[in-house]
Amino acid sequence: MSLIKQIASSRSSLLKPFITSTNLVRRSFSSDSSSESALSIETSIPFIGHRIDPPSRTVETTPNELMDFFKTMVLMRRMEIAADSLYKAKLIRGFCHLYDGQEAVAIGMEAAITKKDAIITAYRDHCIFLGRGGTLVEAFAELMGRRDGCSKGKGGSMHFYKKDSGFFGGHGIVGAQVPLGCGIAFGQKYSKDGSVTFTLYGDGAANQGQLFEALNMSALLDLPVILVCENNHYGMGTAEWRAAKSPAYYKRGDYVPGLKVDGMDALAVKQACKFAKEYVLKNGPIILEMDTYRYHGHSMSDPGSTYRTRDEISGVRQERDPIERIRKLLLAHELSTEKDLKDIEKSARKEVDEAIAKAKESPMPDPSELFTNVYVKGYGVESFGADRKELRAVLP
Amino acid sequence: MDRDPRVCVVGEDVGHYGGSYKVTKDLANKFGDLRVLDTPIAENSFTGMAIGAAMTGLRPVIEGMNMGFLLLAFNQISNNCGMLHYTSGGQFTIPVVIRGPGGVGRNLGAEHSQRLESYFQSIPGIQMVACSTPYNAKGLMKAAIRSENPVILFEHVLLYNLKETIPDEEYVLSLEEAEMVRPGEHITILTYSRMRYHVMQAAKTLVNKGYDPEVIDIRSLKPFDLYTIGNSIKKTHRVLIVEECMRTGGIGASLTAAINENFNDYLDAPVKCLSSQDVPTPYAGTLEEWTVVQPAQIVTAVEQLCQ
Repeated sequence: MSLIKQIASSRSSLLKPFITSTNLVRRSFSSDSSSESALSIETSIPFIGHRIDPPSRTVETTPNELMDFFKTMVLMRRMEIAADSLYKAKLIRGFCHLYDGQEAVAIGMEAAITKKDAIITAYRDHCIFLGRGGTLVEAFAELMGRRDGCSKGKGGSMHFYKKDSGFFGGHGIVGAQVPLGCGIAFGQKYSKDGSVTFTLYGDGAANQGQLFEALNMSALLDLPVILVCENNHYGMGTAEWRAAKSPAYYKRGDYVPGLKVDGMDALAVKQACKFAKEYVLKNGPIILEMDTYRYHGHSMSDPGSTYRTRDEISGVRQERDPIERIRKLLLAHELSTEKDLKDIEKSARKEVDEAIAKAKESPMPDPSELFTNVYVKGYGVESFGADRKELRAVLP
Repeated sequence: MDRDPRVCVVGEDVGHYGGSYKVTKDLANKFGDLRVLDTPIAENSFTGMAIGAAMTGLRPVIEGMNMGFLLLAFNQISNNCGMLHYTSGGQFTIPVVIRGPGGVGRNLGAEHSQRLESYFQSIPGIQMVACSTPYNAKGLMKAAIRSENPVILFEHVLLYNLKETIPDEEYVLSLEEAEMVRPGEHITILTYSRMRYHVMQAAKTLVNKGYDPEVIDIRSLKPFDLYTIGNSIKKTHRVLIVEECMRTGGIGASLTAAINENFNDYLDAPVKCLSSQDVPTPYAGTLEEWTVVQPAQIVTAVEQLCQ
């Protein structure tokens, strides 16, 4: 039946990016490199451009950077898995959207930009918050609704923010963050501070009208905004070929140039983001499509296997896992040993466990916090009687 | 905009055209195209963009060409504008002003005669004010721009041609205060926006008949100025609310509930609320007249309440 054929062909296309590349690693320096010397590494596949010349496949990096990538990605992966168990233990409630499998996008982006640049994303925001400088304790406390959370426990999983390092959240309504992101870029252009905004959205949100409206306005005004489509191929339960007539999201901008990137390769993401940042500061918006994959379901209430096969998930995990790719690079260039990497994983696990324990100690917010931060100055809580002295009612 | 370089205007045809009701006339010539931004017709997105810009520190004034068009931006106004300060734990403030002409005009048809104050009043985190005279329009606009909270300023299509002498000096009105239009003894009439003029017309008739109505323009639609209103009720013991909103779920309905809850002991008669009919506004002039409250109806209601 055609449906099965379509599923089979789309599954193989998910595995394709790795299979077509054979020359993953190319050494250009001697093996006993000091920690400062540069390495040139080729990305898994070349970039594909739409109305633009794609950047080169060769990425400059350093051993330190690769180790950093590994450490942080392992931490992110651990955090998401721990959030999974916390959710099943009913310490995290409501909606919990996990990012494991997509860590390379967060890491590669951070490596290419500064904290002055802004990132805004949708609800799958835990790892990006971590990448922007958020601590594990703040993240877990917010997930559990405690006072020490980054939004004081009042936001939850979908509302992580970190203003001082340019992380604008954390938004629940699909696609609503795209006009916000273009607005942040408008503010950056208005104040002329040379920073850019990365507006992340998913393949599901790519069909929202407000995205095209915002793209039109950004292109008109030459705003420094980079729209990044994190294409994990499923909008909750709907595969991309069922939702979009043209799933080539990097081409959807039509008059706006686009770039298709292998989102499981942190170095490719870094190269693309660096290229994009230079481009938009001169020429206006660009779309990046990150071809990535999530191992968990859409959220914790979705098993993730009703619309895709377990073989597909384990296939991608074997062939294209971002952490495994960095691990192989580190071992092949002899920048680290198996034992060291295992130790890093162990210490990440320990760090996450300690953070969870600390977050559990934090208390729930005080009941008076219900009314704070509704208005600036906390207005709107009490209504006074005619003589302003007796308190007649507390407005709900 | 002179005082603070972060203030900018965003809306359809606000720049080169000068605004559909000439509110932003000549501003683009003075401040440039980036500060007085002509947007394409995409209310949801340009409201979202203005809110995003506010998150970085700018203070945009968003114009809806007609308030009814802002229904398209309801998601952005409700979720992002109203709630971001709360869900981010106080990290982000959204100092936007959303303004535009609303209300029933002359033969504009159903979709261009909407009163959005009833839809927006439940959104937590926003403040709503309605201006009615040139004096309070200027004062409230200044206050709204200076406020750190998102403020929705409701103007009325038919009130743009009013002329009044206003002071040359700088003045800023309070966003949470009601205005005492005519002090009186017998009955409190609460109103806002264009209905103020219908009430004042009715007041002339009432004075001739021997009544002494106290007319208050509530101005602040969210939150209500229960202090001024309460003082008035304590004096007169009777309340009539005259508004242009629909009967169901309108500002009058909320105000009635608030008054009954807080000032029940002081009332001699039940609160009466005169609002527009729960119908789409018809095009025909005579029908349109009967959807909104007319001075004759106000006079009858006062006579009934004061028996």
